[in-house]
Amino acid sequence: MSQYLLSVHTGETQGEGGEPMAPEAMQAFMERVGALEAEMKANGTFVFGGRLHDADTATVVRMQNGGVTMTDGPFVESKEHIGGFYIINADDLDAALAWAAKVVDAIKEPIEVRPFFAISGA
Amino acid sequence: MGHEDLTIVGAHPEATDVERVFREAYGAAVATLARVFGDISLAEDAVQEAFIVANDRWRRDGTPPNPAGWIVTTARNRAIDHLRRSARGQELQEQVGTFTAGADRWGEVAPVSDDQLRLIFTCCHPALKTENQVALTLRLLGGLSVDEVARSFLVTEPAMAKRLVRAKHKIKAAGIPYRVPQRAELPSRLRSVLSVVYLIYNTGADDPERASLRGDAIRLGRALVDLLPDEPEVAGLLALMLLSESRMPARNVDGALVLLRDQDRTKWDRTMIEGGHSIVRTCIRRGQPGPYQLQAAIQAVHCNADSYEATDWHQIVALYDHLFSVMPTPVVALNRAIAVGESAGPDEALTALDSVATELDNYHLMHAARGATLRRLGQREAALTAYQRAAQLAATEAERRFLKHQIEELSSLTWS
Repeated sequence: MSQYLLSVHTGETQGEGGEPMAPEAMQAFMERVGALEAEMKANGTFVFGGRLHDADTATVVRMQNGGVTMTDGPFVESKEHIGGFYIINADDLDAALAWAAKVVDAIKEPIEVRPFFAISGA
Repeated sequence: MGHEDLTIVGAHPEATDVERVFREAYGAAVATLARVFGDISLAEDAVQEAFIVANDRWRRDGTPPNPAGWIVTTARNRAIDHLRRSARGQELQEQVGTFTAGADRWGEVAPVSDDQLRLIFTCCHPALKTENQVALTLRLLGGLSVDEVARSFLVTEPAMAKRLVRAKHKIKAAGIPYRVPQRAELPSRLRSVLSVVYLIYNTGADDPERASLRGDAIRLGRALVDLLPDEPEVAGLLALMLLSESRMPARNVDGALVLLRDQDRTKWDRTMIEGGHSIVRTCIRRGQPGPYQLQAAIQAVHCNADSYEATDWHQIVALYDHLFSVMPTPVVALNRAIAVGESAGPDEALTALDSVATELDNYHLMHAARGATLRRLGQREAALTAYQRAAQLAATEAERRFLKHQIEELSSLTWS
């Protein structure tokens, strides 16, 4: 059993720049995501996941001149940022990709699938 | 896989037993060990070591009665030695447990054909880049050395070695499974396998310098037919390759490209044509046509004709219509347009070509077809322009030479 990160990469569709989702569309979206997460949890696939606030709420922390400094904003300026993610258990890449396809179907955004290093002793 | 495959392109006329077994058994041995140990790199290293041992021992003691089985057993023992010596091996041993059970369990085990099938689907997994799918397939299943794979991609050996290492790392890290896809996924996954094999064939067909790839692709095609005898498209691909291959001796004369209309048909390989025709007949009886079977059927009609003029062009256009209905690509439309030129005349062909001219503006064969059609219509200047554009875009030296020749011929003609 391996673990995979399924990250959702979204453009700036929410917030000031983008069109806000209509209430009915938002309702349908939440239902699709809710049903998918219930399915993931029912068979032990779900490890953790969630939706993130927009990238402009991010803070980068780094070591500089021997001290810790903070900067406002995301690590990389980009049109697309991680909008949310799931960490799932899956037997192999095919199983992870099948879940990714379900996530894509629910949220209508592309998903990047990346394997975690195997946990030692697991 | 029969021995005749090795003589198709005459690439290995003086192969020793070890080299011959290498070509035929390398992929199967790697596939079996990858299944047993769950690790492609370990499997490859062990199989290579087994061949090094074989090179010494077979020369001294003679070739064993079951060379492929000997390789698998020796490689398996080597792999176990490696694992015992490494810390990771200790872990693996605990997990797998069974592989130390000894020779009794595997014995002179003949590789299971499913092993190779599993490995093909792993190598051609859609999560890998096409170029990496091709490289892995040639290396792991085709038994080509890293250097040979590098040369067929026109890159240096270290660059190819790095690419292969990365691809194998992704297979392992991302957990691409060794598994024959389930029934529901099989058609889409099989498409990717077949397109890899056909891409290998065409790379060899387009460039005389890489001609040996054609034999490699046909070998892989035959292996696939053995592994998946009930898949009509697998048979279709093999027939398509055999029928294309049958004409190769007439297509390339002294390094120059000879068009179908000018080929010496007595040079066509009759045995290969028979093989291709017989598969096409089986496909027709099955009645589940697909893109490869239809392309094979088109080639079969060409191979049936005693001369270019005697070709059943109406039949060919009908097959292209069918092909376009299942595979509506501009390249299919282009080939259909060329056939229309023969069945209905150059005016109709030009109309058909115009409909794909924008989409295929960067494809040399579209411009070459336009050149030939315009020439037939007596539009010399326009034909010249089209040929020149084709020559600029041509992918290989042989094609460029051919097109330059057309241009020279056309320039020297006077229309009276």
